[in-house]
Amino acid sequence: MAAEPKTKYDRQLRIWGEQGQSALENASICLLNCGPTGSEALKNLVLGGIGSITVVDGAKVEAYDLGNNFLLDEGCLGQSRAKNVCSFLQELNDAVKVKFVEESPVALIDTNPSFFSQFTLVIATQMLESSLLKLDLICRKSNVILVVARSYGLTGLVRISVKEHDVVESKPDHFLDDLRLHNPWPELKEFAASIDLNEKDPVVHKHTPYIVILVTLAEKWASSHKGCLPATRQEKKEFKDLIKGHMLNIDEENYQEAMDSAFKVSVTRGISPELHQIIEDSAVNVNSTSSDFWVLVAALKEFINKEGGGEPPLEGSIPDMTSLTEYYVNLQKIYQAKAEKDCNEIERYVREILKRIGRDTDSIPKSVIKTFCRNSRKLKVCRYRTIEEEITSPSISELQKYATDEDYCFSVGFYILLRAVDRFANNYNRLPGVFDSEIEEDVSRLKAIAVSILNDLGLNGSSLPEDLVHEMCRYAGAEIHAVAAFIGGVASQEVIKLVTKQFVPLTGTLIFNGIDHKSQVFVL
Amino acid sequence: MAEVATEGRWKDVDRLLSRHGNLVSAEFDPRPNLREDIGEYVKVLVVGAGGLGCELLKDLALSGFKNIDVIDMDTIEVSNLNRQFLFRLQDVGKSKAEVAAKRVMERVSGVNIVPHFGRIEDKELDFYSNFDIIVLGLDSIEARSYINSVACGFLEYDADDNALLETVKPMVDGGTEGFKGHARVIMPGTTPCFECNIWLFPPQVKFPLCTLAETPRTPAHCIEYAHLIKWDEAHSGKAFDADNPDHMLWVYKEALKRAELFGISGVTYSLTQGVVKNIIPAIASTNAIVSAACALEALKIVSGCSKTLSNYMTYNGQEGTHIKVTDFFRETDCLVCGPGTLIEIEPSVTLAEFIEKLEKHPDVLMSKASVTHRGNNLYMQAPPVLEEMTRSNLNLALYDLLGKVAKDTVHVSGMTEKNGKRSSSLRKLRVSFKGVSAGPTDMDTR
Ligand SMILES: [Zn+2]
Repeated sequence: MAAEPKTKYDRQLRIWGEQGQSALENASICLLNCGPTGSEALKNLVLGGIGSITVVDGAKVEAYDLGNNFLLDEGCLGQSRAKNVCSFLQELNDAVKVKFVEESPVALIDTNPSFFSQFTLVIATQMLESSLLKLDLICRKSNVILVVARSYGLTGLVRISVKEHDVVESKPDHFLDDLRLHNPWPELKEFAASIDLNEKDPVVHKHTPYIVILVTLAEKWASSHKGCLPATRQEKKEFKDLIKGHMLNIDEENYQEAMDSAFKVSVTRGISPELHQIIEDSAVNVNSTSSDFWVLVAALKEFINKEGGGEPPLEGSIPDMTSLTEYYVNLQKIYQAKAEKDCNEIERYVREILKRIGRDTDSIPKSVIKTFCRNSRKLKVCRYRTIEEEITSPSISELQKYATDEDYCFSVGFYILLRAVDRFANNYNRLPGVFDSEIEEDVSRLKAIAVSILNDLGLNGSSLPEDLVHEMCRYAGAEIHAVAAFIGGVASQEVIKLVTKQFVPLTGTLIFNGIDHKSQVFVL
Repeated sequence: MAEVATEGRWKDVDRLLSRHGNLVSAEFDPRPNLREDIGEYVKVLVVGAGGLGCELLKDLALSGFKNIDVIDMDTIEVSNLNRQFLFRLQDVGKSKAEVAAKRVMERVSGVNIVPHFGRIEDKELDFYSNFDIIVLGLDSIEARSYINSVACGFLEYDADDNALLETVKPMVDGGTEGFKGHARVIMPGTTPCFECNIWLFPPQVKFPLCTLAETPRTPAHCIEYAHLIKWDEAHSGKAFDADNPDHMLWVYKEALKRAELFGISGVTYSLTQGVVKNIIPAIASTNAIVSAACALEALKIVSGCSKTLSNYMTYNGQEGTHIKVTDFFRETDCLVCGPGTLIEIEPSVTLAEFIEKLEKHPDVLMSKASVTHRGNNLYMQAPPVLEEMTRSNLNLALYDLLGKVAKDTVHVSGMTEKNGKRSSSLRKLRVSFKGVSAGPTDMDTR
């Protein structure tokens, strides 16, 4: 008996669509260490239908695994942890290819670095800094995305490492619609002019879409203001009064909508600073090794500088608004037609560029170009520093900013202490606080290490909250199930964003603060 | 399943529960057997066995809780399987609460989970009063509101309007939508209850009927036309059932016809389902994150092993990853968690007259009220057996029924109307009898 995937995945297909789902189904994920943090991360991915998973773990199931890992039970004691976690995961979804390697991840990194190049993404859990540094280099070399996750008592972290991750479908929650009321093109002006705002029929009057009202009244305004649109606060208020003056009745919702959207005629022309930065990026000088994304950006840049007259291609969709059906459908067609025209121009540039750099001119399909054009105002380029760069030269200003913040100084403290416990482990071959009898000594030792890390970074050692040092020793590296489920959950959500190339992934290092939940992302 | 004695099994969580810390609650008493005591003496109720509920049961069981009850009226559907990890394809159609409880007990030995397959409104107040803490994994505002009113109903105040600590029933509430979610801690009488911040959950916007009938513009308008207008026209008297695939298909086809008529594109079967059932997108990872935060707070509340969330956390992974904590304020005159609505009546008023008064009282407006006093049923509208048993009270004076005191608290449940929607609700009232001199402890109130 098999479930229809469309039905089974319905609630997530509504988020990332068929394309996102097929990206997941084509991805192969490697997990290092299948304690609760790693197991929970994989559980969430397997449920969602990830293509394949490979679990690397050399441990045998011990008693403490049963206290914090739901995927293991008494029957697994003494057996391979990787094998038993995999058999539970397979039970969750038989469409997923499940494999395991009974070997210590630390050893595998040293003995078989090429092993990792077969994966889309590696999730490294509960690993010390020294191993992560090596793994990061290996992954970077073969362009494999690395997601680091760690649970430690009531704290933990999640971090992404990849040279560059580009997002076309960033799907932001709140983004200004692309109506071009400040800069209407001839067909839109023509349509607006065909509708009389002084229409006597009250039904038509109160069903004239606000796009038409605003285009017409903006033109009227401009003609009496030397061609300028309302800019100052006073002018914007006067413009609203002008709209109000055209109302027949106070309950006309379309005019209310026009007043609420009046600011859209005053938006700044041209592209956002974020998009400007992308089209001015050096990667836009494409060659045969450039990614499709940068070829598309290069074409976008040509368009903005030429046909676009400084504007990006039109998105082509309009929000719902009070309107007669006929007016609304006509407006939709006018916006779609302009968007299609813009997209065709961009396609022409794409083909030209592909030819110039010696690639097959059809190697980027039209559908991809269309999606790119629709989302061109929302492009995101995420670049991550290597773990080594973060460790040797993190952004001091970022740490300083939060170190003195009442709400977030704990997160900064945890960040430093998570690094300090790894150094402690290197020095003493164990984590601080594992022996009840040595907790107080370990507090002093860990504090000394943390202060020296702070001093090396040029930060004041006294900013470290003393209570946190004690907390770290109290935890002694405990992997609390609820914390692991949280950290593993965050890691799996990031994996989904990275694999589907939709939405914007975590942009820095997330430090989990399980004490009061004032967690924080540091861009270091 | 009895717990197999496995030395060191709880090593990790015991680090938190058996060791001193400086960032803990004042009541924290760390000791090696604290986890066992929590397991033995703390009773936790999980409301909902869906996306959040499955995660919560697992997380609580692995946090040391052993006496867990779970209540859910739903049965398992195929579309649950992308996140509700305790369910398999062969479980489709079975009770969520029952299957979830069984699966967690199979895997975590020593934990006892009692499932309740049914509606939260059908349980007696006594049932809820049994629990030390209630964890909510729900997707409906109405259900949250109901549990909130029940939990706040247990709260008692002293003469100075300070909450009596021993009557506080803590709640932890989670919710998700897509990549976003929230977790919150509610300490009735201290932190805001669900009703204090009800504005955080704005009601769903409905399309005006005239738009559907006359000026449809979007595929959703066409779907709602078929669902809300055309269905009734075509099926006189037959109620639409969103779970009946034939009904859904009919609505889809009608919506498609209407869309074609008006030149609107984009009506699909999937969208039809989404609009008609008001489907909220849901994924495993967000449910896992929010539930984990809730379970962790539950453990901290009962053990004191760390400070707690104060009091509302939002998680947003849509555009980058953002976690934010907001410390909301309580509405001191909240009808649900406040000291209660004051009703002043003559000592001669009978229970029947009191119930009638509630229909017209501007701050209550409740019809067909059932009344309880300190857990005793004074009058119950249903079931018939209870109605018959309590009917004789109707002609007695409330003053006598409450034991001849100047004022006291009663709970009433019945139907109220909010935003044009009738729903069952539960309220707390402080009844004060006119002309009756207050006892010495009540001297300084109003
Ligand atoms: Zn309240």
